[in-house]
Amino acid sequence: MTPRTLYEKIWDAHVVSSRDDGSSLIYIDRHLVHEVSSAQAFEGLRKAGLPVRRTDLTLAMPDHNVPTTPRVDAAGNLIPIVDPASAIQLAALESNVAEFGVPFFTATSPEQGIVHVVGPEQGFTLPGCTLVCGDSHTAAHGALGALAFGIGTTEVEHVLATQTLRMARSRSMEIRVEGKLGHGVSSKDVILAVIGRIGVGGGIGHVIEYRGSVFDAMSIEERLTVANMSIEAGARAGLFAPDETTFAYLKGRPMAPRGEQWEHAVARWRELRSDEGAVFDKSITIDACEIAPSVTWGTNPEQVVSIDGAAPRLEDFADEGRRAAVARALDYMGIAPGQAMIDVEVDHVFIGSCTNSRIEDLRAAARVLEGRHLSPRIQSAIVVPGSGLVKRMAEAEGLDRIFTDAGFEWREPGCSACLGMNPDVIPPLGRCASTSNRNFVGRQGPDARTHLMSPAMAAAAGLAGHLADVRAYIGEPA
Amino acid sequence: MTMAVVAGRAYPLGLSNVDTDQIIGSDWLKTISKVGLGEGAFAALRDNGVTVFDDERYKGSEILVAGANFGCGSSREHAAWAIVDTGIRVVIAPSFSDIFSSNAFKNGILTAVVDEAAISPLMAVASADGEDGLLKVDLIDQIIETPDGQRRPFNIDPFRRECLIEGLDEIALTRTEDPAISAHEARVSLVEPWLAGAV
Repeated sequence: MTPRTLYEKIWDAHVVSSRDDGSSLIYIDRHLVHEVSSAQAFEGLRKAGLPVRRTDLTLAMPDHNVPTTPRVDAAGNLIPIVDPASAIQLAALESNVAEFGVPFFTATSPEQGIVHVVGPEQGFTLPGCTLVCGDSHTAAHGALGALAFGIGTTEVEHVLATQTLRMARSRSMEIRVEGKLGHGVSSKDVILAVIGRIGVGGGIGHVIEYRGSVFDAMSIEERLTVANMSIEAGARAGLFAPDETTFAYLKGRPMAPRGEQWEHAVARWRELRSDEGAVFDKSITIDACEIAPSVTWGTNPEQVVSIDGAAPRLEDFADEGRRAAVARALDYMGIAPGQAMIDVEVDHVFIGSCTNSRIEDLRAAARVLEGRHLSPRIQSAIVVPGSGLVKRMAEAEGLDRIFTDAGFEWREPGCSACLGMNPDVIPPLGRCASTSNRNFVGRQGPDARTHLMSPAMAAAAGLAGHLADVRAYIGEPA
Repeated sequence: MTMAVVAGRAYPLGLSNVDTDQIIGSDWLKTISKVGLGEGAFAALRDNGVTVFDDERYKGSEILVAGANFGCGSSREHAAWAIVDTGIRVVIAPSFSDIFSSNAFKNGILTAVVDEAAISPLMAVASADGEDGLLKVDLIDQIIETPDGQRRPFNIDPFRRECLIEGLDEIALTRTEDPAISAHEARVSLVEPWLAGAV
């Protein structure tokens, strides 16, 4: 048999039918639904008189719009959503899931959170499954060996109605990071380095498989951060072959298989790896020792540099179009060409988002902050756990106290300041050290300036009041 | 809606990596409708010095010429709804984000992929005055014609091309395959029962 990549194996196992034009109908095993990309899809079903085909493969929860301030008052009553448009959209989700019988975590249920934190945490995401959601960061679930990708609302409707999608097979790309990461270098730095190398369009039309010693050594939460940002390199999805780390993570999760079925599943999942000799359409290798703690300087995630580096100089770009794009990005960011990154002052800190709001992220930030306080420069600093379960675990470990003692606000789970759709926005010209995934123009609010970095780096920036090297705060390696 | 030929003036945007936040800002994502988003289209670009969308010469154009990686970022179909609402039916670029091009197609927008080298001459035509500034995008022959007589090929996925030309209803089409979908489900519940039901 021809050696196949992991992607090809998962793809082949989900082909319902194929057409001569190269498109296939692909079965979807898992579908996550949230308020922003689903209302028009449910409306389409209603107009066509169609049910949701497989409510038992579908899971809904609010995350994008929900405020991260308390949701119930002291008497236990729901606090109304102030923004009328958000209130309507959240109410639409509640009535749609009730009408169509879709399982639902309400904004006040302990399991609620960002879909991409909750899916893995509940064991809803499984190796070898196809998983979609009307959100581009669905790529995150590839950390567990699921073929997972974001879709638009019309496709959400198509999946709700048919549990399938019609698509053409992507090309495959292998990204290897080999060696050992340096002190203070996180999985966020690794994926930023990957995007910096291949560019924000480098993965278009491809599914990435992350391979090599650095990825093998990562925890599932670290892999989730990496796979999550596959889309920021333009890739359709990012995959990690499931291994013992994956199985240990999943075992006992509420929706994961149990007993004899668990044993069968694990035996099957062990086959989910690229065969020896499988051919990738593209291969990239990065040496781990080239990766340093990093920050973005511009308005897309490929515009990244190590913390001891500087913003680019315009004369470094021969191509006129690229020079103009860099000039525009620097102008928006209020950064001078050639400015050292550690000289960039910061006014806001955001620790959260589907990229970096899991327990290990919060522990990493708390380690930097313990016994210290935010710089007086900082106007706002929030920590937004990715789910209710993450929040409670962090509180049990006392992390909330470390954050609040340092001057952070400790919030309720949701997408928060990642995307400016809820009350958590960065004011115009405000500069934010952010653990999120996009530094686009206006992403965190009109004219807001975003620097992407790891949780530990965001914590260090908060303490210093400027972009800072976390290695100065965490001591020497043990 | 079906499509064969779209001809006329084009917005000469030309920028690369135009992300979906620039096509439609997140404040527009709270709508539960698909219409009216044209008002917010390209606001982040217009607020940051891009003038083509407010230039009288291009008003009402059905074609947009852009740089590589158009529509990168979020999966928000609102970006496609916003573009449709402005009257644009064709976007020409060297590459598109996968999710955006899928969303565009579902809303009857042709994402025409051309060689990187074709963008500069197409920009020159789109920026020209009068009849010299007219483009003709022919979906049947997969050709973009310019007034100087150049005929440039473009790529599009064959299934999407057929759907755009015929105006097919995809859900209705997939529902004709229901027996095959049910057979797949029956197979999975035997071989991988843990996938057959989550919640």
